[in-house]
Amino acid sequence: MTGTIPVRVREITALAPTLKRFAFEPAHGGAFPTAPAGGHVMLTLRDGARVMKNAYSLVSPPGARGRYEIIVRKVAQSRGGSAFLHAHVAAGDVLEMAPPVSLFPLAATARKHVLIAGGIGITPMLSFLAELQARGARFELHHLSSPEEVPVFERLLAPYAVDADIRVHGGGRAAFDLAGLLSRQPLGSHVYTCGPHSLMDAVGTTALALGWPRGSVHKESFGAAAGGLPFKAVLTRSGMEVMVGENQTLLEAIEAAGVAARCLCRGGACGECVTRVEEGEVDHRDDFLSDAEKAAGALIMPCVSRARGPRLVLDL
Amino acid sequence: MTVQFKPAETFRDTFTYKKSPEDILRFPFPFPEDEYMYSVNIEPHVKGGATPAFQAVFDIDEHYVGECRERERVLKEDPKRCQVLPHMMAAQWDTLELIMESLAADYPAHFTLSKAGDVWTWVNRPLGLHQTFTFGKPETLPCTPFEYITRQVQGDFTLQDQREDNLFVDGGMVTTQADWSLEFNIGMSFHEWHGPVPGVAHDRGVFDRALKYLLRLQYGQPVRRLNWTMTINPRLDTSPENYPVWGPDRTTVTADNVAEKVHLRVELQTLFRLPRSNAILFGIRCYLTSVSDIARVPKWRRRLHRVLRDLHPDLAEYKGMTRYRPLVVAHLAALDDGAPTSRGIAPDTDRLDG
Repeated sequence: MTGTIPVRVREITALAPTLKRFAFEPAHGGAFPTAPAGGHVMLTLRDGARVMKNAYSLVSPPGARGRYEIIVRKVAQSRGGSAFLHAHVAAGDVLEMAPPVSLFPLAATARKHVLIAGGIGITPMLSFLAELQARGARFELHHLSSPEEVPVFERLLAPYAVDADIRVHGGGRAAFDLAGLLSRQPLGSHVYTCGPHSLMDAVGTTALALGWPRGSVHKESFGAAAGGLPFKAVLTRSGMEVMVGENQTLLEAIEAAGVAARCLCRGGACGECVTRVEEGEVDHRDDFLSDAEKAAGALIMPCVSRARGPRLVLDL
Repeated sequence: MTVQFKPAETFRDTFTYKKSPEDILRFPFPFPEDEYMYSVNIEPHVKGGATPAFQAVFDIDEHYVGECRERERVLKEDPKRCQVLPHMMAAQWDTLELIMESLAADYPAHFTLSKAGDVWTWVNRPLGLHQTFTFGKPETLPCTPFEYITRQVQGDFTLQDQREDNLFVDGGMVTTQADWSLEFNIGMSFHEWHGPVPGVAHDRGVFDRALKYLLRLQYGQPVRRLNWTMTINPRLDTSPENYPVWGPDRTTVTADNVAEKVHLRVELQTLFRLPRSNAILFGIRCYLTSVSDIARVPKWRRRLHRVLRDLHPDLAEYKGMTRYRPLVVAHLAALDDGAPTSRGIAPDTDRLDG
């Protein structure tokens, strides 16, 4: 896990009753890293003692280094980060943002890109559109919206819509001919989908049923959570107890306690940090230990793996 | 950082390549222990660490101008040393951006990048280049963006596309290579291009793990590893294409010339996830140091002796050193007093013997 960069809210634009666009700039000046196409950032939001971490796709073009933009939907029943952003964050506020990550890239070998989004799932597609137009790539985009928000999404897509096949569908899922759309695409097409799980599942299932190769179907993902529940690690040789926080790796907690642990790749591949487990159950997340070793539970890779319970005792 | 360059150096025929004392001490010696095994020795590519070669994103040293001129000669003789498949254009621009921004930030005395929107101006003072171009418009550069910028950095580069849970080597600039061919490997998957490494046929585990790790390589979190082999004479271009030129060099090593002729060849390998393309840029930066220069650092001469003496014969064969290894070991044995060595690659001295 990496640190966060402080960002200042430069502008907030209300797009619809429940949609706001937030533009951020680096709080200490300079420029952001080039954003990955389809990439997302993690915001840390603090509401008193309560800490929320939310991932949002960047909607600004990859080359726009002066500002990052996200669009946030306020969901009625939600009391989480998005509601907090809508209600409590104002221009000029400084927030913590983890640098962008990409788990939803464009396929370089695609002959054509078919983008299918639902509702707020439009956000990574906006980043794709900028990149696809910069590349001169062939694409079409279909967006499914509630009838009342059709004009909102048409306005968002307007900058990309000149000479492009971009359509906003407000007639409901039943009126949207997904199978027809996918069956008339040329060989070598890739499809990308982001939105409600039911839409993403329908795109995946329909494409595979029509014989699309599995590798040509892409669904948005913010990835598995890197952290997990907090737990206690007892280091028998050092005679210490270390609390591992929910957003911290076991290795980071051990290092923060001043214990020099051997490590190299910090990604569960090299095997350098392998440590004997004396007590406790391990949530294995590495690629180094064999299935048999993982099942035996006598070894752990502290750079990525965690406790499955409240406590681990380590020979360290 | 400011570097004094030696533009007239040669890496073939006359072999006038020579290292200053400072350059010997900044050599990224590849052995952290007295024995060597092939492993996933990958670590984050962050500034700092045991060698000054880790102080910049792309390391520039006193051989920069000479190496760029050597690359120009190789490309003139064999333009296929630089190839990029057509679907990698976004990765080409990603590469140009990463290298230009890194060089300008790490070596402001030598490189400057200024931008007015998409119109960029690049100044490379050591090579006397001044280029204004439009980012994203290949026709505004004298050659493709990847070739343009990799002609101006030391070391080879390949571009890996990621698809179907694998990596494919879909482009590269390869003129300073340890006996592998871009023309032969282009388009291959990860396990295909690692096929010749000893042990792969028996235990793919190391490569399965390395591939999984690289598939997850994150943007903004580059990684590095050191790899090594040996080369006769300070020759950068030991390519399969030119085997008739350099292959026979291995028969010229004698007990009298072994220390001057035989060079430890280290590759500082770096891996970067690129933003627009999601491709991986793989840098293979080559450093050459003769056995006689290594012998001027007591820890390094002891350790090189022990590593080569105990090296598995399959690895020695893979690295092409079977014929002359006994001569190197015999030479270094006389210089190894048997004293223990410290862990890690640092020279543990700031003065050279001899």
